[in-house]
Amino acid sequence: MDTAYLIETVIKVVVILLIFSALAGIGTYFERKVLAFMQRRLGPMYVGPYGLLQVAADGIKLFTKEDIIPTNVVSRIFKIAPVITAATAFMAAAAIPFLPQFTLFGYTVHPIVADINIGILYILGIMGVGLYGPLLGGMASANKFSLLSAARGAAVFISYEVVTGLSILAPIMMVGSLSLIDFNEYQAGGIGDWIIWSQPVAFVLFWIAAFAETGRTPFHLIANDHEIIDGFGTEYSGMRWGLFFIGEYANMFFISFVIPLLFLGGYGDGSLLGALGLLAKMSFFFFFFLWTRAAWPDVRPDQLMWLCWKVLMPIAVINIVITGLVMMF
Amino acid sequence: MFEAIAFYLFAFLTIAMFYITVTTSQALYAITALAAGMIFISAFFFILGADFLGAIQIVVYSGAVMALYAFGMMFFDTTRDVKEKQGNKAIILGLSILAAILIVVIFAVPMVSNNITALYPMVAGAGNTQEIGMVLFTKYLVPFEVAAVMLLVAMISGIVLAGKKMDLSLTLMSDEEIEAEKNEKVRS
Repeated sequence: MDTAYLIETVIKVVVILLIFSALAGIGTYFERKVLAFMQRRLGPMYVGPYGLLQVAADGIKLFTKEDIIPTNVVSRIFKIAPVITAATAFMAAAAIPFLPQFTLFGYTVHPIVADINIGILYILGIMGVGLYGPLLGGMASANKFSLLSAARGAAVFISYEVVTGLSILAPIMMVGSLSLIDFNEYQAGGIGDWIIWSQPVAFVLFWIAAFAETGRTPFHLIANDHEIIDGFGTEYSGMRWGLFFIGEYANMFFISFVIPLLFLGGYGDGSLLGALGLLAKMSFFFFFFLWTRAAWPDVRPDQLMWLCWKVLMPIAVINIVITGLVMMF
Repeated sequence: MFEAIAFYLFAFLTIAMFYITVTTSQALYAITALAAGMIFISAFFFILGADFLGAIQIVVYSGAVMALYAFGMMFFDTTRDVKEKQGNKAIILGLSILAAILIVVIFAVPMVSNNITALYPMVAGAGNTQEIGMVLFTKYLVPFEVAAVMLLVAMISGIVLAGKKMDLSLTLMSDEEIEAEKNEKVRS
């Protein structure tokens, strides 16, 4: 392992951390604006032009607020829970190729931190670990609403991991590799080669499961405001609460990168147009998260479980069997 | 050098985590430390170049430990210390040290007596996911299938045991209907 490689990796890690923590902040701005326009409001308008500096104002507020550790909580676990959410979200980014490789001042840059050959498994595993944050936060706070939220978190985690894993299995069988770069190469031929045409079912299942993995609105049970206050976040204040948010938004961005990479051709042949295409697809999926939040009501916990075990999982299994049969004959 | 540093770091972290798991009387500390230890173990697989096993270690054990949390939630107030009944501490300490030494000896003896060689040498050009597939579907096919059948049995029995009245939903029923259900259960 030479020094150049080490320095390059450290720079890449720092750049990704900076860009995506900033994006997580700006993501909250997008969310408020999109929701506002869909509900015929203006959203944040006062701080800066079109309310753009609202993010900075929120940041200052979160950072300077008193960090309260309530009595009766298990303080160490309580303190570490938000860190787990934020840290695992960024760890998952290590295996995502954000852009095709490009040359900068005569030096070829691969915009992926670690090109391990089991990228998808690693990303899904680490994103799953991210659900430990809400779970631990909920269990450590001495509060029944937080505990309810933790219980729901565990239920969602155990069930939707199954759907994600099974839905992704059929495309993996076709590509024959677990690396996101190989997925991209497989679909590099243009729109006709995209996996979504041969695996539409897997695409829809994975997309639905992505909402559960990131805890976004139709499956926003772990912090459902009208039932359980803010769920796991009830007892948190200041930046610890903010870390949960950074984790959630970073996760949304990363899963929005992973879906196009898996099903929609990724960055294609690696040209500038392909790279812009990947960013455009990513923006669409991120926007879709916000759109769903404005348009759809939440489902009940029992409906969530019903959907997972009685609808999505059988469909995923049938999809795998059919894919296997088609590939065999 | 990096490998050595990483190995000692993760060895220390893993042992520290499992030590906390065993010694603490706070259920939440114990389970969290267990989860952390399990995830740190995956680092050894990554260091050895077995990426697939490393990722599987994370996926499987994070899910498995999550189930333990659910049990913890059901059985204890996890924000309070658990009172453990302990007999003679010296006996517990002595026995656990003895057991640890025994396990180390069991695994170390073959290494001392003769150098271990790989039964199935690496196939050129195959990644380690494919390698595992080859070994699993040739040499270890029977244990693999037996494990699959065992899991199937466990799954079916789980569904049969837990699946009574699965078509009823408490959320959708009115209070009277729930009462009626209860009374019926008492009478039968």
